[in-house]
Amino acid sequence: MRDLHTLRRKIVNAVMLTITGLCTLFAAGTLVFILGYLFIHGGSSLTLDFFTKLPTPVGEAGGGMANAIVGSAKLLALAMVVGVPIGFLGGVYLAEFGGSTFSFVIRYVTDLLNGVPSIVIGIFAYTLIVLPQKHFSTLAGGLALGVMMIPIAVRSSEEFLRAIPNSLREGAVALGASKAKAILTVVIPAAKNGIMTGIMLNLARVAGETAPLLFTSFGNRFWSPGWEQPTSALPVMIFTYAISPYEDWHRQAWSAGFVLLTLVLAVNIFARGVLAKKKHVAR
Amino acid sequence: MAASSTTVSSAGPSRPAPNFLERLRGGDEAAYVITFIAAASILLVTGLLVYELFINSADARAKFGWAFLFTQTWDPVNDQFGALPFIYGTLVTSFLALLMGIPLGVGAAIFLAELAPPKISDALTFLIELLAAVPSVIYGLLGIFVLVPILRVIEPSLRAVLGWTPFFSGPFYGVSLFSAGVVLAVMIIPFIISISREVILSVPGDQREAALALGATRWETTWDVVVPYAKKGIMGSIFLALARALGETMAVTMVVGNDPKIKASLFAPGYSIAAVIANEFTEATGKLYTSALIELGLVLFALTIVINGVARLLVMGADKYKT
Amino acid sequence: MKRFVLQVALLAALTTGVASAQQILINAAGATFPYPMYSKWFDEYHKKFSNLQFNYQSIGSGGGIKQVTEGTVEFGASDGPMNDKQLAEFHDKHGFGILHFPTVMGADVPVYNVAGVNSDLNFTPEALAGIFLGKITKWNDPELMKANPGVKLPAADIIVVHRSDGSGTTYIWTDYLAKVSPEWEMKVGRGTSVNWPVGLGGKGNEGVSGQVQQTPNSIGYVELIYAVQNKMKTGKVKNAAGNWVQASLAGVTAAAASSKEMPDDFRVSITNAPGKDAYPISSFTWLLIPEKIADPTKKKAIKDFLTWMLADGQNMTEPLAYARLPKAVVAKEMKAIAKVQ
Repeated sequence: MRDLHTLRRKIVNAVMLTITGLCTLFAAGTLVFILGYLFIHGGSSLTLDFFTKLPTPVGEAGGGMANAIVGSAKLLALAMVVGVPIGFLGGVYLAEFGGSTFSFVIRYVTDLLNGVPSIVIGIFAYTLIVLPQKHFSTLAGGLALGVMMIPIAVRSSEEFLRAIPNSLREGAVALGASKAKAILTVVIPAAKNGIMTGIMLNLARVAGETAPLLFTSFGNRFWSPGWEQPTSALPVMIFTYAISPYEDWHRQAWSAGFVLLTLVLAVNIFARGVLAKKKHVAR
Repeated sequence: MAASSTTVSSAGPSRPAPNFLERLRGGDEAAYVITFIAAASILLVTGLLVYELFINSADARAKFGWAFLFTQTWDPVNDQFGALPFIYGTLVTSFLALLMGIPLGVGAAIFLAELAPPKISDALTFLIELLAAVPSVIYGLLGIFVLVPILRVIEPSLRAVLGWTPFFSGPFYGVSLFSAGVVLAVMIIPFIISISREVILSVPGDQREAALALGATRWETTWDVVVPYAKKGIMGSIFLALARALGETMAVTMVVGNDPKIKASLFAPGYSIAAVIANEFTEATGKLYTSALIELGLVLFALTIVINGVARLLVMGADKYKT
Repeated sequence: MKRFVLQVALLAALTTGVASAQQILINAAGATFPYPMYSKWFDEYHKKFSNLQFNYQSIGSGGGIKQVTEGTVEFGASDGPMNDKQLAEFHDKHGFGILHFPTVMGADVPVYNVAGVNSDLNFTPEALAGIFLGKITKWNDPELMKANPGVKLPAADIIVVHRSDGSGTTYIWTDYLAKVSPEWEMKVGRGTSVNWPVGLGGKGNEGVSGQVQQTPNSIGYVELIYAVQNKMKTGKVKNAAGNWVQASLAGVTAAAASSKEMPDDFRVSITNAPGKDAYPISSFTWLLIPEKIADPTKKKAIKDFLTWMLADGQNMTEPLAYARLPKAVVAKEMKAIAKVQ
């Protein structure tokens, strides 16, 4: 009787290993498929021109998305400046300092903000910045993306900080550190991996957002110096080209998608290069 | 089984809690104030957003009142607007996404955190996190060119198994609530996996060791000990995923069929709030039309409040059974 | 790490730099339908005058009207002329009016995917209206069979596909249907977004054509260039003179030629035109230029561009499958440019 029960448990163990493994394979496989699809359909447009030239009118060969790449980079930089400090510090507050009611309210409101459709955030930035200024700008676009980054930054920072066991905090305080010092020198570094992961995921998500940019950074066929003029951005180009009637533009859209993905890949690799340790379950 | 938390313990010689000056010098007060301001500014931004939504939807609210929520018509030419079809579509597609995404996501997270060898786990996680980087537009396009044809192929089998329910009846054109649900599921899975995995990894090793020492199998350790410990974090990741599903715009509009009608079948085309705003805001001329679309934004916001509230109650309820 | 931060800061400083001297950026927005034409024109014009940058974004006709009214762009573009209400709104906001300048002409075509049918189908106005109203529901309906003797139409349901996003293409299509069907005019009306009685919504021309190509027994409408570029099956439509006409540049030109006299404000609809070779679902597309432009450099640039567009620009239309403006219209527009103060 005992052996049968053990056998059953062992079988369950093996089955669940397989099932969860399949789930993982599905998830990982989807990405490989997407990357492959983008490459196959857009690979032919991936020339050096793509990275260095400005867009040409339809039907003309050559041309590229250099201004879109730079534009996206500027928008993301601005988004990080807006979103990460507020999000991260807010997460620190929730994990380390929060009282119960105010924290509940903050978490709730953060989740609400996260559920706002990206186009509504775009409309928000539009009414707040574009209309009063009477022109579209990189500034408005960066702000819209920054606002989109806040909720995820808060939630993920909080989750990872919370996951650090209290024994670390207690240890630091017991050694005479103030609470702030304990957080700064012990807790945050311990949660560093998770927090960076969160920021990367966040950045990755907003890098591909189109809707909030339609009314804020608008789009630009030319270079956009400074922060006050409309600017081109990769996702907007992808969208515009993909729903156009032209085969050539379709290929460029797929290429742009591929480039966007690989750029994010590069950022991810960089982030992990900076992070030294990786935590693993002791077996 | 979670260890209860205490703040300052009395390890070593006991000392009184730091007084105000000590806290000030140690930077505690500054840290508190700075982080508090950051947290409060989130409230400020959201408040401003709701304010803008409220003000700019005034025309529509004045004209339609509460009936807006229950009206099915959406007629821009005759200035008649109602939110019901969009509310329905948003709820159905998000629910479908969660239904399909949670098992896959949590399952994969468990595998990656507990059961897979470290190097493979890292590599696969890396790949999966990149899924979050795929632009919504690309998901939409792949939805049209890849997913919909695949669904067309498997639709007869689905119908054979589930066709007796009203949810899988009626003609299938490819674009539908179901297709949108599937695309959304794929989009939210990386969030669930990534955050759940990290949270599971953070469960202290001694919890696992204790279970294993008692003779539990790997799966039992994971499912009965580790996951419950990590439950709150996992739920957090699900909230994040849900929020994303509710607000997802581009990908949904490309595969949902964009038909503002309510039908029981998931095979029928539908519409979501975010999709209709994206489709029509750029062209909405006329104050009432624009105002109606913005009111839809407000409705979505209200919907998120309700759903979050309900979900939170569920989590708090679940907490009661945790030791 | 430190060095990296330094490099990023340097890069940021450089890109935040001063705009290059004398570069004048003029922002415009509107219709997607003429976008290929406009992007060609603005590119050619930039080659001629490298200090002038016309930045045109195709956000849709309604978007063009909206943004030019808000003042966030210098001028707009639309496939459907602004109606009186929109003109009044612009006037109220700015204190002066807005002018319409036709640029090119194009057409909407019905596209379809019917099992077993490889030839061009003929569509009467009644058939099109009936299909899109949801009253004609099967391909072998008498109305369709009558117009297509000898073609084996299946007894299958017609699946209608329309645009889900607001668009000038929809405006042109619904304007035509409103003219040929009193029921359509009453029930649905014309607009960039309407309350469609039946059908699936596809986003953009891509969405509609993709749907039609993938859904057996479906019908939709797209812009002519789109159908041409993608080698799609388009039908023939019966025009007001009773002839079956396939969409083409010649048909569009004939429609413009046979329409009533061009009004002074250039707002005219040429759908269902009377000419015998006219293609019935044709349309002008317009640039929306405010009557007063504050900045003198930008004003001169825009006026000069209009002059160029009406002359050299018109020579570039045919290769891109747009019909050039009739000579009479060009002459009239040249005179109207002076109205921009």
